[in-house]
Amino acid sequence: MTREIAVVAFAQTDHRRTSEELSEVEMLMPVLHEVLDRTGLKTSDIGFTCSGSSDYLAGRAFSFTLALDGVGAWPPISESHVEMDGAWALYEAWTKLLTGDTDTALVYSYGKSSPGSVRDVLTRQLDPYYVAPLWPDSVALAALQARALIDEGYTDEPALAAVAARSRTDARTNSHAQLRGSVPHGEYVVQPLRIGDCPPVGDGAAAVILAAGDRARELCERPAWIRGIDHRIEAHSLGVRELTDSPSTRLAAEKAGAFERPVDTAELHAPFTSQEVVLRKALRLGDDVLVNPSGGALAANPIMAAGLIRIGEAAARIHRGESDRALAHATSGPCLQQNLVAVLEGEPRHAQ
Amino acid sequence: MPSEPVAVVGIGQTKHVAARRDVSMAGLVREAAQRALLDAELTWADIDAVVIGKAPDFFEGVMMPELYLADALGAVGKPMLRVHTAGSVGGSTALVATNLVRSRVHATVLTLAYEKQSESNAMWGLSLPIPFQQPLLAGAGGFFAPHVRAYMRRSGAPDTVGSLVAYKDRRNALLNPYAHLHEHDITLEKVQASPMLWDPIRYSETCPSSDGAVAMVLTDRAGAARSPRPPAWLHGGAMRSEPTLFAGKDAVSPKAGQDCAADVYRQAGIADPRRDIDAVEMYVPFSWYEPMWLENLGFAAEGEGWKLTEAGVTELDGDLPVNMSGGVLSTNPIGASGMIRFAEAALQVRGLAGEHQVDGARRVLGHAYGGGSQFFSMWLVGSEPPTS
Repeated sequence: MTREIAVVAFAQTDHRRTSEELSEVEMLMPVLHEVLDRTGLKTSDIGFTCSGSSDYLAGRAFSFTLALDGVGAWPPISESHVEMDGAWALYEAWTKLLTGDTDTALVYSYGKSSPGSVRDVLTRQLDPYYVAPLWPDSVALAALQARALIDEGYTDEPALAAVAARSRTDARTNSHAQLRGSVPHGEYVVQPLRIGDCPPVGDGAAAVILAAGDRARELCERPAWIRGIDHRIEAHSLGVRELTDSPSTRLAAEKAGAFERPVDTAELHAPFTSQEVVLRKALRLGDDVLVNPSGGALAANPIMAAGLIRIGEAAARIHRGESDRALAHATSGPCLQQNLVAVLEGEPRHAQ
Repeated sequence: MPSEPVAVVGIGQTKHVAARRDVSMAGLVREAAQRALLDAELTWADIDAVVIGKAPDFFEGVMMPELYLADALGAVGKPMLRVHTAGSVGGSTALVATNLVRSRVHATVLTLAYEKQSESNAMWGLSLPIPFQQPLLAGAGGFFAPHVRAYMRRSGAPDTVGSLVAYKDRRNALLNPYAHLHEHDITLEKVQASPMLWDPIRYSETCPSSDGAVAMVLTDRAGAARSPRPPAWLHGGAMRSEPTLFAGKDAVSPKAGQDCAADVYRQAGIADPRRDIDAVEMYVPFSWYEPMWLENLGFAAEGEGWKLTEAGVTELDGDLPVNMSGGVLSTNPIGASGMIRFAEAALQVRGLAGEHQVDGARRVLGHAYGGGSQFFSMWLVGSEPPTS
């Protein structure tokens, strides 16, 4: 029998268009304090720490080293870092807890998109020899995917606009969200995607605490147990991929056990409205599943943290008793190249 | 339930050189991966997951390059993780991969690290001006030279010790066909006469800038039983980190390094590292770090490490050989350098290190560090499976 591991606490910043008055560590510190406060743990109680961030967003090499100041890594800590969204940092921490080396882990991630042009920055993650020299930006690539979906009859522009409106309406109850309430759908950015189909550009950070077995029960009234978690990557070249589908999401969901029983909630990391269409199909989510009650990435998309926030939001609903079985998804790369799926469950609620 | 034992059954590396202009980044990593598979007599289909590491993305100018490398590493349809923990990343990457096996999430994992430094200028990549921070100008040597000077002052070591390390490592590299620098006409006098770069570090006491990749196939007990060649067994592995700069930091012998070694020794049942460990591949980018790490890792008392170097103990035929492969001083694709240490340690206990093999090496330590002497990763591998 493998170890039971749960998300026991989650915290995030208020995500904003710019946080130029704050360094990354200043942005991160309050979130780290908040997530520790929720469990009563101190830095020295944490067995393993893992973070996710990107030097390219920070504009400097080894940018994550400064974030360690926010953690307060003294005496020295057992610590690691992935150059990926924090959801994958959580995955690494989950494997560490599974080994039995330790019972608690702190996971955090952060990203500041405000200092640069994120559409241009993201072109640097494309094939450096054949694609990156053309500077195809992230909206243009998502628009290719949206066009393919419309052409094959999976969606249309009004349906995409409805995804945008639903997400931002739901975000009204999320005080951390950047775009909330009624937001005009706006002009085309790259056809067929309008401003409203695109995620807001902004800065933010998030943190999660994981704990194993009875330790989780001590730290949280209703832990969000990770019943399964898996991630898969697809080919990089868009030319060899079927952009209207996400086989890597489906495979990760299968391996995570998502299809064994229905989920009541799904937090999907779909920065573009059209990507929610792809993910709903790959994950076989029916209309009875509550999708992105937080507003999702269309309401706040701090790059490198937005995937971890999906896991955190799903877990928080379980903590609050608003969900019994939730799916959380994170993505990375152009047009959903790499995907992670986690299935979280709360223990059955007893009559009071 | 105890964690699953981990075995290294395949190791591959590229011939490290200043510039591999004949291959793309994808070609470089695939070359190392295919050699590791060949060594393990496995195919891409046998690999359950890929864990890749490298140092800053600015070194090649590609953001999160694992996305682009997925195809070249046979990772399509599989999990792929990308680790980045500064200079220690090669070691950390291997340890993240071991946890996939130890936790029984996967049975067989490919782990790989690389740097293709000819794509850019590493010194520039490390010298970005950050507001309100002390600039790390003139590359890593400018940062580490004062720490070396502090060590010399603290230990009273004679000025010549650094040149002895460089002379040894560059001669060891002549026995390693994959090493970058092959200086056939090396002499101690030449090392000592080379230009002073960052006093007290001379040109010949400095690591080169290399293009290279290294890969390992890690597997569980059942996988090891099918291995055509002797496996190396993981006996202990750990990572430790501390902040870059703070009042009270010991930059000469960082506590994170001591704690990391102590954790590995505890796991491996090492009571006296000097007696119980047969050889060490440690991360020595500037010659003086050999005596400094000998102390930090517990092979010598404080202030005594240089005496081991001076007495020839760390030579290939000494009783504690250090950097038999030629080390970072002879080969430095930065993001791969830590994993090369880990892989060379494994080659030694497998008895497959060729001309730089230490006879009867049964337990060997692989060590990596990075950042401002703040990130440490280490593993201890043995020729026999762990007993506990």
